[in-house]
Order: sequence, then structure tokens, then C-alpha cells
Amino acid sequence: MKDKLEPKIVCFACNWCSYPAADGAGINRMQYPSNIRIVRVMCGGRINPSFVLKAFELGADGVLITTCHFEDCHYLFGARIAKDNYDKLEKMTKILGIEPERLRLEWISAAESPKFAKVMREFTEGVKKLGKNPCGKTN
Amino acid sequence: MAKLTKAIRETGAYLCIQCGRCSSVCPVARLNNTYSPRRLLTSALKGNEQTLFENNSIWTCLTCGRCNEVCPQDIDYIEMTKAIRNAAQKNDHEAVCSHGGAFQSLMRIMTNDKLQQNRMEWIPSSAKIKTKGDILYFVGCLPYFDAFFSDIGVKTLDAARSVLKLLNSIGVEPVLLPNERCCGHDLIWGGDKENFLKLAKHNIEEIKKSGAKKVIFSCAEGYRTFKIDYEKYMGPLDFEVEHISTFLAPYIKRGEISLKPKKMKITYQDACRLGRHMGMYEEPRELLEAVPELELVEMKKNRSNALCCGTSAWLNCDIYSKRIQMKRLQDALDTGAALLTVACPKCEIHFRCAMNDKTSNKTLKIDIQHFITLLINSEDKK
Repeated sequence: MKDKLEPKIVCFACNWCSYPAADGAGINRMQYPSNIRIVRVMCGGRINPSFVLKAFELGADGVLITTCHFEDCHYLFGARIAKDNYDKLEKMTKILGIEPERLRLEWISAAESPKFAKVMREFTEGVKKLGKNPCGKTN
Repeated sequence: MAKLTKAIRETGAYLCIQCGRCSSVCPVARLNNTYSPRRLLTSALKGNEQTLFENNSIWTCLTCGRCNEVCPQDIDYIEMTKAIRNAAQKNDHEAVCSHGGAFQSLMRIMTNDKLQQNRMEWIPSSAKIKTKGDILYFVGCLPYFDAFFSDIGVKTLDAARSVLKLLNSIGVEPVLLPNERCCGHDLIWGGDKENFLKLAKHNIEEIKKSGAKKVIFSCAEGYRTFKIDYEKYMGPLDFEVEHISTFLAPYIKRGEISLKPKKMKITYQDACRLGRHMGMYEEPRELLEAVPELELVEMKKNRSNALCCGTSAWLNCDIYSKRIQMKRLQDALDTGAALLTVACPKCEIHFRCAMNDKTSNKTLKIDIQHFITLLINSEDKK
């Protein structure tokens, strides 16, 4: 059963770096798993912890947060806010018993399409190994 | 369409004489002139439910219970609010949640059977706990609060550590549940009865498995939820529910807990769940008064008149909530106390949030602790 699992992965991507990187990956025909559902947000700082918890609640098997590098942030400190929120989430999910491999923060600039594809492949592999999210609504 | 008729009958809402006393004491209505409990109740009585549910004011009520206290007709206004919210959620009207609904999601995640939490890491290695026994200490969501609000310096787990220390010192080794869920307080007050029942079922089963005969609470909300709501919705419980203050009182009277003198001036914030909902005003005060040299000064509004901490059940935190919190902090500072003791973790969180607010007055600074932490010596807190 476990090898057949197609995980559902939600990826939050910021409008100025990671989303163009995803776009670039598509234009350059780089291959990455189709398990990823990208949600574009204007800034990584917009990703409230509640978004991630809601995704887990509704049955996402993994959540990826991708933002600009700190120095490239379009809104100067948005990427730092994203990091602060991620730190909180890391602690919360640890207490909840959600495996740390199900949540990841990655800094991907607009020029790093290969990195985007690579991160997506790695993350999906990791989540596939873990199997289904234990706390989702659907099971 | 869900009918509110049953709730109107049960809470006595039809007896309303529209005197407006509820609106005159409501801490929100004092600041926010668009909100009026009386008007909301009237609109529920008129039976036009759709308009009522679309009105965002139904999520504003703090359910602090000030209106229940003054109502000449003894209408249970807060129960009515609960029923209105429940009916609104059934009709697909989403609650207005604070923190983007993070805590509502957290609680709904906890309804899952397969969840295995790691919630015991805060327990100091010196504490003696058991997995099966007569007395159980229900910690509540404190580990989550400390993780989520680490940026504003919330330390609600200090209270839990103190409770463990106190219980150990009188020879009680409490049971702590490794997979305890949220009590569901915020879900039921937000109108999500379905998920509340799931949480209640989990908790009752876990407690049954542990064989506990008595469950102790340091959290005001957990105590209220178990004592009133669990019995109401899940039938009589097999175990006794007791607040830490009444549990410790006889030991302190007999002198079995050694209280070191603390030369300090403190004030106490009545939690609405413990005070107005459960009628426990004096019990925490008696514990505090037992500490030698500790001086307890009252705020201008205390006991049944106490002002709420501004938000409840993680719903609708707005500028008026902030103003209520700042007003209450000012009250605490006016007493000249060096420390504000609370009985509910949410009070601590909300006051700390108000103190850390960028727009707040910089002079509004006071230390906040759960009252139970004062019963142990500061040097051996850890």
C-alpha cells in the first residue's frame, strides 16, 4: 500500500522568487512530481501558521514553504517573518506528533529553477516514505 | 434551517424585557457602540435567523458572563450565544477567528484517533509522575501555547511545573496523559459542537483507561468545560473534577505545604471561567493569603465585577479587545502591585500580547504569573 501512496503536498510560494522559479522550472521542462499543489502568496511573510495547520487538518501529507532569500525579499523583511512563523510551526508540529519531514522551509530565488525542481523531488520522496498524514481529516 | 426556538426556551431568552442592563455592563459594548447584546438577543427572538447569522457581531461576545450576573430575568445570555454560534456554523457561516484560525485547526487536528502527540517534554526530570493511578492532572493546551507564543514571552507551563512540584511535595504522584487532547472549550464556544464531542469522547476514554478517580485542573477553562459542559453533553462522568485551589486548600490548612515568606505586593485577575462561570472567587485568594508576607491588593473591579481579558475562545480579537486589555492592565498597575496573578492561561497570553503591542503605552508593564506559581519558592521553580 505504502509504495502506491500518492501524497498530497501543499507548497506555499512567494510571488517574487519561488513562484517565478516554479514558472521557470516549467518553461525549461524540468521534471518534478505532480503531487505538489502550489499556492501563490504575495510574500512569504503572508504565510500565517494557520495556513499550514489548516492544510494538515484538511489532509495534506506535507507542507512546503518557499520564500525569497533574506537579502532578496521584495518587502525587505517578509522572508524573516516567514522564518519566525516557521520556527513556531516547527515547535507546534513537533508537539502534535507530526513528523518533522512533513514540513520544510526553503529559500528559492527566481533564478533557481533547478533548485525548485530538486527540492520538490526530495520533499516528495521524503513524504512518500512516511506515508499518510496521521492527523488529516480524510482518514 | 436550524431553529433557535429550543435554545430560546432553555436559556429563558423569551423572558427578555429589553431593559438593556446587559448592554450597559458589557465590556465590549462600552467601547464599541456598534455592538449590543440586547439588540442581538432581540434579533434572535424575532426569528430572522439569516440576518442574525450574517451579522459578524455574534462572534464578538466574550462570553465573560457579566450580562448573566446583572440580568433581572435570569436569562442565560452566554448559553444563548453558544446556541446562536452553533446554529450559524451549521448554516455554513464561518466563525471570525483570531490568529487566522490556527488554534481551531489545531483542535480539529486533535480530534483524529491516530494522532500520537509528544506533549510530555516540558516535565522536569525530578518530577514524579505515573501512568496509572487515582489522581490525574489535566495539563491542557499549555505546551502549545508556550510554543506558539514564544515570541511574546508566554510561560504558561511554569504553572504546570509548579503544580507537579506541589503535588509531589504532599506525596501525590499524579497521572499525566501522554495523549491528552484539548478539552474543546474553544470549539464549543465557537459553535463547533461536533468536533467538541469528539475531543470530549477521547479525553473521557483516556481518563477511564488511566483509572483515575479524580482529575485536577490548574486551567480555569478546562475545569469549567469538564465540570459543566462534559456532564451536559456526555452524561455523568465516572471521575471527580476538582480545581487545584480546592484540592490544595486542606493541605495548606494543615500546614503540610511549607510556604516560604514572599515580601511582595500582588493583585489577582479573576478568570471569567473560574469566577463568574464556576463561582470560585475566594478559593484562589485564600491560597494566596496563606503565603506569609504576601500582600494581595484588589483591583477596582474584582470578583463578579472583574473585567474580562478581552478575547475568548480565539474568536474575533480586534481593537476593542486591545483596549479592554489595556484598561485592565492599567487597573492592575493602579493598585501598585508588582505582579499580576491570573488563573487562566489565556489571561496571561492576552495581557502579554497587549503589553507587547507596538501601539501600546510603554508604561503598561507588569509581570504576569499564574497564582499557583506563588505557592512554591522562586529558587526551586525548575
